[in-house]
Amino acid sequence: MTTTEKHEFPMARTCPFAPPPAYEEIREEEPVSRVGLPDGGWAWVISRHEDVRTVLNDRRFSADRQHPDFPALVEGEAASRRPDEERFLIAMDPPEHGPARKAVLGEFTVRRLEALRPRIQEIVDGQIDALLAGPRPGDLVDSLSLPVPSLVICEMLGVPYTDHEFFQENTVKVIKQSTPPEERWAAMEAIQGYMADLIAEKEKNPPDDLLGRQIVKLRADGTYRRTALAGMGLLLLVAGHETTANMISLSTVAFLRNPEQLAMIKADPGRTLDAVEEMLRYFTIIDVATARLCVEDIEVGGQLIRAGEGVLALGHAANRDPRAFENPNELDIERGARHHVAFGFGPHQCLGQNLARMELQIVFDTLFRRVPGLELAMDVDELPFKDDANIYGLYQLPVTW
Amino acid sequence: MKIIADTSKCVGAGQCVLTEPALFDQSEDDGTIIVLNATPEGELVEKAREAVHVCPGQALSLEE
Ligand code: SF4
Repeated sequence: MTTTEKHEFPMARTCPFAPPPAYEEIREEEPVSRVGLPDGGWAWVISRHEDVRTVLNDRRFSADRQHPDFPALVEGEAASRRPDEERFLIAMDPPEHGPARKAVLGEFTVRRLEALRPRIQEIVDGQIDALLAGPRPGDLVDSLSLPVPSLVICEMLGVPYTDHEFFQENTVKVIKQSTPPEERWAAMEAIQGYMADLIAEKEKNPPDDLLGRQIVKLRADGTYRRTALAGMGLLLLVAGHETTANMISLSTVAFLRNPEQLAMIKADPGRTLDAVEEMLRYFTIIDVATARLCVEDIEVGGQLIRAGEGVLALGHAANRDPRAFENPNELDIERGARHHVAFGFGPHQCLGQNLARMELQIVFDTLFRRVPGLELAMDVDELPFKDDANIYGLYQLPVTW
Repeated sequence: MKIIADTSKCVGAGQCVLTEPALFDQSEDDGTIIVLNATPEGELVEKAREAVHVCPGQALSLEE
């Protein structure tokens, strides 16, 4: 089937603070509809909040990205798949997925993360000290957005932060849509190799960090494999880098454009967690990470989807669905947005979500308290938004104070 | 009201604990849910409802 579809995917944005306008059209007119993909194939897009939750929580939709029929969002992607390769957690289905996820979940419980709070606060304060000591205008991406989550995940995993430039560079290549497939693989392999070497070193005398503890735990369970742990480490490192960083940058812009909302959290930091949820909903920075492959015929939103057909559950369309959120295009930190799907839904829902929440909360409380005069040093229209990346965000954010 | 948790559906995302730590906790081992108080009263009732609503594994339900 070639491009007889009404819409092509991915779709373009016209406003940096809103999803592509076509999302609304699809959601209101034909909530489960066909779109053409870059490689000539097609997939169903799911755009209503309720349907997105259904798809993401139903085992009849597989997450196995190495399957030859899995919908490819980048041209040439399908051809570069290596079905025999080690599967990442995000690409696993049952029965493999549950135990693999649970093996590492203990590291991300709410209680465990709470214990990290003082250290995260220290990191944030250190970065803000550096920003204030530096030139004006300064770049918030470089001074705060990237280093905070990067330092935190490096410390958690036990990855030397001194190597961050190496994996940051490679992470960017993995995420950019325009990276040719061979280069994307080379970048992935470079980080994976790095991770495997690091883990081999830790095997000798496992240290008390996430990777070290995983070695001990998995050995005791009799399921330890270095390549599998390297894959997990790589996933956590990549996911921990670019996601929270972009949320920090984008939300800072949104707060500065909405001073009444900012005033509310300044007056009562107890509201910051609600504000974080609303920012997550509003930006939904990884809205197409939730592709799936249907493995059994199933009806969703009145449409029959057949085994072998691809599905894209559009988180950003769901998070702007007026059936789930009143006046969805308005930024309203008081709306109670916790049921958003910015972290996905179902068994693959983001593992690091509570870490992300805590980092964002600490950053906003600290940034706006310590730098009350913060302002943008560039017109909003000129800011370099990442329209070409699989994770939306900002390349730079010049600010002054 | 009684909270029913199906641990086989729990995906360990901790949304319940985040909603109300007085009602829920997570196992240190694999992150799955532990219900601390299955029969909430007063304002905890609303919290229990919210937890059911946000649970990504749809592992929680209420017996009214
Ligand atoms: S929110 Fe649901 S899936 Fe997550 S830990 Fe609680 S019961 Fe488990």
